[in-house]
Amino acid sequence: MNANISYLDGNAAAGELSRIFTVDLTAAEGQCANCGAKRRFADAHLYVDCPGLVARCAMCDHVLLRLVNTAERTFLDLRGMTYLNLSTKQLTLLQDPSL
Amino acid sequence: MSWRTGKIVALRDETSTARTIALVVPDWPGHVAGQHIDIRLTAPDGYSAVRSYSIASPPTSDQRIEITVERLENGEVSPYLTQEVAIGDELELRGPTGGWFVWHVDQTEPIQLIAGGSGIVPLMAMIRSRLASHSNARFRLLYSVREPAAAFYKDELHAISNQGDCVILTYAFTRITPKDWPRAPGRIDAELVSESVWPSHLAPTCYVCGPTSFVEHANELLIAAGINRERIRTERFGSTGERK
Repeated sequence: MNANISYLDGNAAAGELSRIFTVDLTAAEGQCANCGAKRRFADAHLYVDCPGLVARCAMCDHVLLRLVNTAERTFLDLRGMTYLNLSTKQLTLLQDPSL
Repeated sequence: MSWRTGKIVALRDETSTARTIALVVPDWPGHVAGQHIDIRLTAPDGYSAVRSYSIASPPTSDQRIEITVERLENGEVSPYLTQEVAIGDELELRGPTGGWFVWHVDQTEPIQLIAGGSGIVPLMAMIRSRLASHSNARFRLLYSVREPAAAFYKDELHAISNQGDCVILTYAFTRITPKDWPRAPGRIDAELVSESVWPSHLAPTCYVCGPTSFVEHANELLIAAGINRERIRTERFGSTGERK
C-alpha cells in the first residue's frame, strides 16, 4: 500500500463548492468524461496539496473538476464531468434537515 | 454558503491529545449526522487557514453543535483548537456541508460503522442520532485505535453497547491492547471483519472514516467480504491527518 497517498474524498470539497452552488454537489452522481463511470462526486479522489482543489475519477484518475481561488477571482473547471444527476429528495432533506 | 460565528460554550478532553469543543451557533440551520463544518482561523496579518471538522453531536434544535479535534504536532489549526481556545471565544465557521457521508434517521437497513482513530467522530454523530431518534436500525461499530487510552467517547460507547444489541461495539487495538485481550495488537484483518461486520447478505450500508491508508485497507476488506462497493461510503483524512 502506498503510504504517501495524498488524496481525500470528494466529500471534503463540500465547503468550497458551497461557495458557488446552492445545492450540495458532493451527493450528486457525476459521469466521468473519460471512462464513463457514474459515481457520486463524494467518491471522487480529491487532491488538496496543490494551488486549489483537483478532483479525479476514482476509477480512471481522469480530472473531473478543478477549483482555484486567487485574491480576486475563483476559477472552476468542470469539463471532466459530462453531467450531474442530483437527488431531489436529498436536496430537500439538506435544505430542511427536520424532514 | 456564508461564514457564521459560533461561541464556545464547553470544552472537554477526550484523550491526552483530543478535545471536544461545543459551540452555540445563532441561526444554525440544523444538520444531518455525518456532516461537517469548515473552521477558518485568520491571523492578524490576514493569513487564513480553513480546516474541515466532522460534527460529533446529533441533530438537535438548540443551535448547539460539538466537534472533536485531534491535535497534530505540525498542524496549523489543531494545536490552537485543542490547547488555546477558551470558553466564550468565538470561531468563524461554515456549514453544515456534505450530503453523502450522512445517516438519515429514516434509514432502516443494518448499518456498519468502521472508524480508524479520530474517524470515530462523524460515526459517533450517527450513533447519537440513532439513539436520540429512537430509530430501530441495527448498528455495528468496528473501532480501530492505537491503544485503549486513544479511544474517544469510551464511557459513552460502553454505556451504549450495554443497552441491548442496538449498537454492537468491537474494538481493534493496533499497538497496545488491554490486559488479557483475546486478539494480538494489529490492523483490522479479514478474520476480524468476518467476526464483527454485518454479513454481505444483509446488505448493510457501510460508513468508513479514518486516515487515507486505513480507509483504503478497510474498503478492500469489505469488498473481499462480499459487500457491494455501492454500499460503502468513505471519508478520508489527509496524510497529515488534518483535513484541509
